[in-house]
Amino acid sequence: MMTSVTTSADLTGSFTPAAFATHLERVKHLPAWWLDRKRAAYAQFAARPMPKRSDEGWRFSNLAGLTLDGFALPAAIRFDQMAHRELGVTGADHLVFANNRLVTRQALDTGAARNGIIFDTLQNALVKHSDLVKSHLLAHPSKLGSDKFAALHEAFLEDGAFIYVPKGVEAELPVAVFHYACGAGAAVFPHTLVIAESHAKITVADFFAGRPARTNTGLIAASNGVPLQSFACGGNDLYAGHGAHVTYIAMQDWSRETLSFQFNAIVARRDAKVLSLNLHAGARQARHESFSQLQAPGAHSDMLALTVAHGSQEFDQRTLQIHQAPNTSSNLLYKNALLDQAKTIFSGLIVVDPDAQKTDAYQSNRNLMLSDEAEANSLPGLEIQANDVRCTHGVTSTRIDRELEFYLESRGIRAAQAQELLVFGFFEEVLGRIENQQLHDSLTEIFRKKFKS
Amino acid sequence: MSQLVIKNLHISIGEKAIVKGFNLTIKQGEVHAIMGPNGTGKSTLAKAIAGHPDYTITGGDVQLDRKSILAMQPDERARSGLFLAFQYPSEIPGVSIANFLRAAVQARMAEGEELDAAGYYKRLYSKMDLLKIDRKFTARSVNEGFSGGEKKRCEILQMAMLEPRIALMDETDSGLDIDALRIVADGVNAMRSSPASPGIMLITHYQRLLDYIVPDFVHVMYDGRLVKSGDKSLALELEAKGYDWLKQQPATA
Repeated sequence: MMTSVTTSADLTGSFTPAAFATHLERVKHLPAWWLDRKRAAYAQFAARPMPKRSDEGWRFSNLAGLTLDGFALPAAIRFDQMAHRELGVTGADHLVFANNRLVTRQALDTGAARNGIIFDTLQNALVKHSDLVKSHLLAHPSKLGSDKFAALHEAFLEDGAFIYVPKGVEAELPVAVFHYACGAGAAVFPHTLVIAESHAKITVADFFAGRPARTNTGLIAASNGVPLQSFACGGNDLYAGHGAHVTYIAMQDWSRETLSFQFNAIVARRDAKVLSLNLHAGARQARHESFSQLQAPGAHSDMLALTVAHGSQEFDQRTLQIHQAPNTSSNLLYKNALLDQAKTIFSGLIVVDPDAQKTDAYQSNRNLMLSDEAEANSLPGLEIQANDVRCTHGVTSTRIDRELEFYLESRGIRAAQAQELLVFGFFEEVLGRIENQQLHDSLTEIFRKKFKS
Repeated sequence: MSQLVIKNLHISIGEKAIVKGFNLTIKQGEVHAIMGPNGTGKSTLAKAIAGHPDYTITGGDVQLDRKSILAMQPDERARSGLFLAFQYPSEIPGVSIANFLRAAVQARMAEGEELDAAGYYKRLYSKMDLLKIDRKFTARSVNEGFSGGEKKRCEILQMAMLEPRIALMDETDSGLDIDALRIVADGVNAMRSSPASPGIMLITHYQRLLDYIVPDFVHVMYDGRLVKSGDKSLALELEAKGYDWLKQQPATA
């Protein structure tokens, strides 16, 4: 039997100590506690082994695809050097990040600012609201198998969005955050931190996309003819205080050559309601971990996801719903449409703590198989330590129902359009949960185009 | 005037012969009631004519306006003027009635022709009002969570919007209470009295429906073929005597 000696280069890939030192230099003006945490995170990243075949949290994943080589911290890019597309929500404020830096922003209108809502960069918040950031930023590690990559995110996180809604304030319009990776080989570390205090209400949309770079400067490699390979390792924290309502919608549309990790951490306090909806279309291989904590009675978390998987894309989704208090509820619905040779993995766990009586938890993974060569893997799970709960889970993998197809065709609708209507009908159960009509329509339109491409 | 000619039609499901030499001509404007006991091939006939892939035509022909439709896909048959009102309409999650019907209307338009959205909704709402369907239903998924009566009214709404020349109505009365039956019948009768009155094949078990939609012809189907034809008085006779006396009779072609 061969013994392999793991060198530190194998464990860090492109994210060498030198790269980390370069990054630290760029953020040295930030608070010391944060820099200390980053150093600790880097050490953890560099020490942790890569996932192994025997790791339960990586069952079915393509481990060979996780290589960390061939990426670099990208050079700055100007807003006018990249193609930015609005989400089509009239009047919504936004922050636009490209290659880990803010490139443009539309600040909150004065009314919202007067209400005390803060919508700013994470760097500004780290300086101006250090304590607030400290207690919420990456405060809930994922526990779903990606500690190495979550540590990498923390180590290299340069900037992101900070959204704070004070007690009793309801934001009328959604706020949008755009994160772009521009140029071949770009490594980006997006983050969005949302804090909604008691009875606050906010809707936040994150949009992730890759773009070719128009200039070849610094570390951006030539993109002529080279596939837009990139690396994204992002996270978001959603905190909903007592009675708060937080809606979080993310559209992942990285380039098709991207290796992507994304970590969602959700905390719902007493009577809080959080709805998180993740739309996945981009990347070569995308790992998404979502972790909900129902911390006090009445807390509720809706966890929704929709994926359209093409070509040889792999979408690896791992979820955890932890009920820590009585009378809490959670409802998870992950839907995948699979074409070509695409692969999806859904692994979900519901955990009910011993004193979390009257928990009502649901978990559902529905796969629509549009190709015989596609592969959908599902690993639902329950871990219940209380005796008076209602927990259910369900997994289905189905093809388009021939009876439904016949019904549509019997009305004169052509076969191709009948199929499209049925697929979008399948999506609508999730997309229909987006209350803002403009946001719903524009995301549906993006998704429609993705499905056809 | 359009007509549907069914000639010596034989239909199988897998190896099993269900319809065994069925003959009937339906002209536009006529209502033909097809009655008969369960399992005698009535629904099979309607679905096979509409092009359901589970059924195999093993003999005979079906012609719409002298053109065989048997080589056509179900959507082509529909665009040629055929309509099937389902006994058990499918629930289509996530597809609203408005979008579904718009797709069906658009499929009938020439390439490049634009749908007049205002006109479309005006027409849709007037048909809905006639069928006493709440306008809010346009945003609801097709048949999803509908009661039996709502599903059947939704079938009639589609028929009214698509204006077929020949309609095959498969047990439209099943699952309807008397009020819903009356609404559905009113909808069908409104179409009958319009200039583009369709030819209708009305499949039913019960004479009751024929009190509201009065047929021009009544036929009895047994063991895959028609065994007796007459006018509406035949339905009353069947109501009184049942079907057993007909099973004894030799098949009449």
